[in-house]
Amino acid sequence: MKKELICITCPNSCRLSAELLDDGTVSVTGNTCKRGETFAENELKHPMRSLTTTVRTTFPKMPVLPVRTKGEIPKEMLRPVMRILSSLVIDREIQSGDVILSDAAGTGCEIIATLDMRP
Amino acid sequence: MKTYDVTVIGGGPAGLAAAISAEKEGARVLLVEREERLGGVLKQCIHDGFGIIRFGEKLSGCEYATRFIHEVLKTSVEISCLTFVSDIKKTASSFCLTLVKRGGLEDIETKSVVLATGCRERTARQVAIHGTRPAGVFTAGTAQYFLNVMGQMPGKKCVILGSGDIGLIMARRLTLEGAEVLGVYEAKSTPSGLMRNLSQCLYDFNIPLHLSQTVTEVHGDARVTGVTVAEVDENMRPVTGTEKYIDCDTLILSVGLIPENELAEKLGVALDMHTKGAVCDQKYMTLTDGVFSCGNALHVNDLADYVSESGEEAGRNAARYTLRERALIPVTAGKGFLYTVPQRVDTNALGEKTVFFFRAAEEREITCVRLLLDGNEIMKKTYRHLRPPEMERLELDLNGYKYDNGSGLEFVMEELPS
Repeated sequence: MKKELICITCPNSCRLSAELLDDGTVSVTGNTCKRGETFAENELKHPMRSLTTTVRTTFPKMPVLPVRTKGEIPKEMLRPVMRILSSLVIDREIQSGDVILSDAAGTGCEIIATLDMRP
Repeated sequence: MKTYDVTVIGGGPAGLAAAISAEKEGARVLLVEREERLGGVLKQCIHDGFGIIRFGEKLSGCEYATRFIHEVLKTSVEISCLTFVSDIKKTASSFCLTLVKRGGLEDIETKSVVLATGCRERTARQVAIHGTRPAGVFTAGTAQYFLNVMGQMPGKKCVILGSGDIGLIMARRLTLEGAEVLGVYEAKSTPSGLMRNLSQCLYDFNIPLHLSQTVTEVHGDARVTGVTVAEVDENMRPVTGTEKYIDCDTLILSVGLIPENELAEKLGVALDMHTKGAVCDQKYMTLTDGVFSCGNALHVNDLADYVSESGEEAGRNAARYTLRERALIPVTAGKGFLYTVPQRVDTNALGEKTVFFFRAAEEREITCVRLLLDGNEIMKKTYRHLRPPEMERLELDLNGYKYDNGSGLEFVMEELPS
């Protein structure tokens, strides 16, 4: 069955039409670059998303620190990873790019800081 | 009195890029920022999607800003945070700025000025919503500041009015943080945000989008207790009898951004009623010699990458600025365009390329956009689709044509049968 998708890889927001074929491959139309194919294949087989959020700190001048997944995690893992991150508290000075958590909820994905902290 | 070649006002993505590029040209640069930290609104933009064009990577807004902040700190740019420009005056050959700083007032002199003051959100007072004035009505940017900078939830049961990108991003953010987002209401018949944000922020979380509906009334005394929504007709007027009451504690508005141009107005810089920013040429110089404008102060961009591009160009040209004769010809946009930037081309200063940005006024399928010089076609490009929320960028070589006093460039568009 053909599925209409919006590619979220870049701001072009290409409208894709994708179908999972019997041989396991995915046929895609509407994409203007190679990344659209990868997106459509993932979207039909196992949708992946990046997660951006904040974690609490002990520093009053910067009560929360922005973080993100380094790469993408399965879409259904967004909430489990959010739950784990909500229990974290940062009590040391962190720079943008520093790893906050090495394996987010068993996804194998790192969580990194995205802002320099200057408490 | 301290003197500078270039003074950049605003330390967001446009101002950072402008300061860095002006300094590269060898200029003595002052960067003025009102807040304690550089980065502008990007400090609170924890979501990703930044830098795809510029760096070929998907960065968060914070990371994107951090790259520029690290770069500017390596330069000789003088950075003055917690500083507000309270007055700006044109003198014979330069500009005099009055700065309000922690230590008091300071006057400085500068040969050129780059206005990188960004934009402001339209508030509840600027859209017709009746009712009481309880706590719990926020602009999307304020809600974003609450959550991403202060670490505080703005509310638990939210209604979002307007489908602008920040509103969509906040719908996802609030949902992930445990709030209930009851729906996004958009008075227009088409969404205002990027398609990718509709997809990853609303559809992913089953948040309903109600087009051609608006919030007509806010209820509650101390705190919002609910809102009334109604369908609107083609003139955007609420249709009597379609009102519905929604129980909620928070109303978030994402109803548009307006370029901030108080300083430009003080200098008498000509503004464009369509962009609500300054009228400029391809060098980002406004119609007032020596005053440059870039980023969201010039026109509201949907990508920070383009904001940096204009800042970089404005900064470079501000550093190279010397008083000279400009040969400005008008750039007009025909039916179907919301606006084009720049609005003038200085034919005395054509570089290898001239960059134009435009937005379509309405959603269109396959459309041919043509640029005419005195009625003759000099460029043609076909688009698969055009949407008002998606700004288009065009890069052209305008050398080799004959220009005179009465010349003019005009953009026209024509929808082709699909």
